[in-house]
Amino acid sequence: MKSLTWAIWIVLTLLLAGFYVWKITAAEDKSDLLIGAATHGHYQIELACDACHTEAFVGTEGLQQACEGCHAAELKEALDSHPQKKFTDPRNADRIEILDARYCVSCHTEHNLEKTQSMGVTLPDDYCYHCHQNIDEERESHQNLAFDSCASAGCHNYHDNRALYENFLVEHAGGEWLKTNAVMPSLSEVKQRVDYTPEAVASLQEKFADIPHAADDKHLQAGVSCSACHGADASSSPQWQPAPGFEACQNCHVKEAEGFQLGRHGMRSAQNLEAMRPEMARLAFKADAASQVQDCHSCHQAHDYDTRQAAVESCLQCHDDTHSRNFMDSPHGALYQASMAGHLPAEQAITCASCHLPRVEDKIRGVSVVRVEHNQNHVLRPNEKMIRAVCMNCHNLEFAIDALADPALIESNFKGRPSQHIPSIDWALKRAK
Amino acid sequence: MKTKVVNLAVPQVSGLRRVAALAGGLTLAVALSGCGSSEPTGIAPKKYTDSLFAVMKADRTNYTKLVVARLGPNGAGVVKPVEHWQDIPDGTPLPAQMFRAGAEAVSELTDEFTYSLQSIWPINAQNKPKTEMEKKGLEYIAANPGENFYGEEKLGGVTYFTAVYPDVAVAEACVTCHNEHKDSPKSDFKLGEVMGGVVIRVPL
Repeated sequence: MKSLTWAIWIVLTLLLAGFYVWKITAAEDKSDLLIGAATHGHYQIELACDACHTEAFVGTEGLQQACEGCHAAELKEALDSHPQKKFTDPRNADRIEILDARYCVSCHTEHNLEKTQSMGVTLPDDYCYHCHQNIDEERESHQNLAFDSCASAGCHNYHDNRALYENFLVEHAGGEWLKTNAVMPSLSEVKQRVDYTPEAVASLQEKFADIPHAADDKHLQAGVSCSACHGADASSSPQWQPAPGFEACQNCHVKEAEGFQLGRHGMRSAQNLEAMRPEMARLAFKADAASQVQDCHSCHQAHDYDTRQAAVESCLQCHDDTHSRNFMDSPHGALYQASMAGHLPAEQAITCASCHLPRVEDKIRGVSVVRVEHNQNHVLRPNEKMIRAVCMNCHNLEFAIDALADPALIESNFKGRPSQHIPSIDWALKRAK
Repeated sequence: MKTKVVNLAVPQVSGLRRVAALAGGLTLAVALSGCGSSEPTGIAPKKYTDSLFAVMKADRTNYTKLVVARLGPNGAGVVKPVEHWQDIPDGTPLPAQMFRAGAEAVSELTDEFTYSLQSIWPINAQNKPKTEMEKKGLEYIAANPGENFYGEEKLGGVTYFTAVYPDVAVAEACVTCHNEHKDSPKSDFKLGEVMGGVVIRVPL
């Protein structure tokens, strides 16, 4: 009897072990292995386990490499205030025993949603205390400030302080809250932004003269033939593609495709998961858009590439949160509608994309250009990233800091003025005297 | 002073900083000279850190005099040495930042030694001495101009040979910048004076 019990136990153990080995190594659906809900930043790709767990039992170093694989470039661009290399000196040994800032996961623990705070931080809000407990001795202005307010009151960020450092505050103090003749940056010419060698437009128009609307098609006008997107080119893609998608677009719109795959709209596709649909998301979306598959054409309609529509109407066809619903009645929305009515130039129209898919300076093939950043998250978290990239095109620094630190104002889509004043510029000016 | 073997393993990376190259070269030289001996051989930590410091000091002085003084506002005026140098197209690191950038770059290449620039009168409070050995060393070199300080300390369960070398004001710009900076706790530095110290650590 005892032998039989042992045999059953061994068989059951082997079956259970085999099940999990199969789950880890071969099963397509790994949802049984999730140990908790993922953060807002990663939940879309929580079933692309190997995006982070590059091996079955990856250690801290392996996880760190995975974090850096996706986030290192943006941290470098942000002039990260707390890079890993600041903490590797042995003189910081006592600090890293308390908080090991060499690794992302020390502050950003995944699958721990109930303990996750803003910015995906899973530490108590007063984490700055561990290294900066004597700040009140160095800064008179900081006496009696709570350590849980350092990064939550519009003053500091752990990583990105490009719009918040003291010299920048002093340099950009003052000015009117709204600049006169405020305009958004003009985009560089398309031919500078795409990777495509155009064909002779006249011969293309002649070739496709019988096709309805061909003469009006923006791609054809730019020297892009039908086959460039639809295939049917014997040398490359002999099969006619009736509805070419992301794969076709990314061939020429390289930077746009890269940004799209880094943001919320394309991060699932980038991990070879089923493309994102609003019904999978945690934000509020319109019911009739729930199954809208996210790719280039969910915002840019085929053969009708009106970017003004992509910059507002496309967003509002899906997004149904309060901030989005308030856009049309907001001062920004009024500028957009005035521009669409022909009363204002396009550069004075403020759209959803003006802030969430901003126009950024970049170098493409060695040439400085202004292009649209298609990673909607690039300047969104923390929202102070927007100050230099977006807000200061039209507003002064003080207004931008105050506005972005006011959740109610953000909710109303900036209808009104900030209800509070963040004193960081005042304090910086006082010290500079 | 006990003599310990310092066995560096410096990766062969192009553009390796000169300090790392020197360390690798010295180790190699000693390893070759030790062929045939059964006793472990290597460079004495003091000689090793003294050599590293020589390179650091030469590079630091050269950057201050040959780049910042020559091309900065007191020279040709084509570069701006400012704290947030990355934020302007013609910005260049301040000499202390250049030194720290070197230390950080070395830390990404090897963990066989680390170094940092500290002071008992730092502009950035994070650069004031933290460990007891750092405090003793920085106070010693400030009180005894021209002398170095050596010791051993245990940090994070690892014993280190710690050497502290004087960092001297080599250019007028060093003195005026530190004396006039709003965060500087000392405003009467003079050319040739000890302003801080270079702390080099080697795990034993």
